[in-house]
Amino acid sequence: MEIVIAIVIGILVTIGTYLLLSRQLLRIVFGSSLISHAVNLLIITSGGLKKGNAPLLGEGKIGFTDALPQALILTAIVINFAVTAFVLVLSYRSFKANGTDDMEKLRGNEHE
Amino acid sequence: MNNLLIMPVIIPLIVGMVLIIFHKNIVLQRALSLFALFLSGFIAFVMMNQVREKGIQTLQLGGWEAPFGISFVGDMFSVLLVLTTCIVSSCCLIFAFRSIGEKNEKLYFYPLFLFLIVGVNGSFLTGDLFNLYVFFEVFLLASYVLITLGGGKKQLRESLKYVFINIVSSAFFLIGVAYLYSITGTLNLAHLSFRIAEAGQDGLITTIALLFLIVFSLKAGLLLFFWLPGSYSVPPTAIAAIFAALLTKVGIYSIFRMFTLVFYHEPQITHLMIGILAAVTMLLGAAGATGYMDVRKILTYNVVISVGFIVAGLVTMTEAGITGSIYYLIHDMIIKALVFLIGGTIILITGTSDLREMSGLIRRHPQLGWIFFIGTLSMVGIPPLSGFLGKVFITQGTFETGYYWLGGIGLLASIFILLSMIKLFMNAFWGETILSEDEEKGSIRGLLFPIALLLVVSLALGIGAEGIQAYIAQATEQLLNPSLYIEAVLK
Repeated sequence: MEIVIAIVIGILVTIGTYLLLSRQLLRIVFGSSLISHAVNLLIITSGGLKKGNAPLLGEGKIGFTDALPQALILTAIVINFAVTAFVLVLSYRSFKANGTDDMEKLRGNEHE
Repeated sequence: MNNLLIMPVIIPLIVGMVLIIFHKNIVLQRALSLFALFLSGFIAFVMMNQVREKGIQTLQLGGWEAPFGISFVGDMFSVLLVLTTCIVSSCCLIFAFRSIGEKNEKLYFYPLFLFLIVGVNGSFLTGDLFNLYVFFEVFLLASYVLITLGGGKKQLRESLKYVFINIVSSAFFLIGVAYLYSITGTLNLAHLSFRIAEAGQDGLITTIALLFLIVFSLKAGLLLFFWLPGSYSVPPTAIAAIFAALLTKVGIYSIFRMFTLVFYHEPQITHLMIGILAAVTMLLGAAGATGYMDVRKILTYNVVISVGFIVAGLVTMTEAGITGSIYYLIHDMIIKALVFLIGGTIILITGTSDLREMSGLIRRHPQLGWIFFIGTLSMVGIPPLSGFLGKVFITQGTFETGYYWLGGIGLLASIFILLSMIKLFMNAFWGETILSEDEEKGSIRGLLFPIALLLVVSLALGIGAEGIQAYIAQATEQLLNPSLYIEAVLK
């Protein structure tokens, strides 16, 4: 199972990197979002994808799943959500102000 | 257990949230935010003396014992940085009262400023790797908004690059966290250090160490500083000053923490790598600082040089080197805020950032000119100013351990700092006075006070070095003996 997820993560990162390197702002936003999703998958895989019982004491069972990575990605997803929302607004404002969404034209020069 | 540790994080957070409600009431916002910073600074001062007497202080949040809960750890190094953060940010805030403009003040400037301080203080005090990531995101999000405050064309353009670079580096941070967790099974820094010392730092862990080095280098501007000159020159002066003083320093702090506490077993790979990065950073920064004729560019490249120089002390891992780095780090936080505030004031007076179009400011603004001159001497390291001791100790450390090339490049970089800053001083302050009183673009009324305050702090740090020597020596001892940190957290 871990290997399948690892391949999925690889594909997500590949697509994300391709999108990040493109010129259009919206594609870059999607690219960064995809990479963040890939990282979240990586975190959940890092704890091992075993089928186990809920990590609750008093149930008297053994073979708990690791609860920590789930807590970690919960936090990471929330942060990623906030950042993506902010970046979308920022891109829109930048498009309005600068009149272009082409990163080549947003390079900026020395004297202005 | 020491509940004071959480205060420098919680006070600005609560005040910041309250101020969102009262965003129209400027007087209240100013008073409350300054009060929050003073109170945090006072608590940091109390903590500093507690650490001095009783050793490293810890707080296990929610009563969950380490390594299961999130620990806050105040060793001397972090407490000193928190105290400096509060002092520097108070000065920048006072500067902002007069310079940021009423429109921005109503656009949530003060809450955002306080959230930035929350993130920075939290990063210094946390003892948990994932919590460090969270605090990084807190101050990054605040900085994303602050950098665009005002919404100028240039600001929006540069902030896009800043945001995307930081998103990618945050992703790398999380990848590092995931790998480290899958190998060691813990994220508490003290526990990590303990487990890695027990199992040995093998090739995999060293690779992860280098991954973390990339992440923190991006934040600190160590070699990967390509984003820094652009994004630090667009925001309003008070914000640029607080960025230059604090944000890169959090990256430097993280490099110090990780490579003295956790990844210190393979210095011939990791620390040599850091040394090479530091040397290249200093050389490139020197080239940038001397090459440009633009006030903001010169100052931002000086930030880059000092990053390389501070980290050079870490490479040695000796008492002298680390002592020097701590001295220089504190000095640099104060002095970078100082010169950025002065640079912004110059731009305010002349209305341009091009050195060729300004001249002779010293006739009308003698105080500003001489404060800048003293700041320059301090950056170069003329005794008895505050930059001197740091330079001496870092150079001594590099020479003791045989890194002659690193120490030599550090000294060479000092000459370029002098060259670039004197170029700025000569062009802006000397020469014929071309602006009469009416032609000046802005008034500097009320702006000199925070600048003078920073100068006094910087002078006190240099002349009163004897007095804080004991504190810095303790910080060095705690950084060089990870067992002290581990015992304090896991006892």
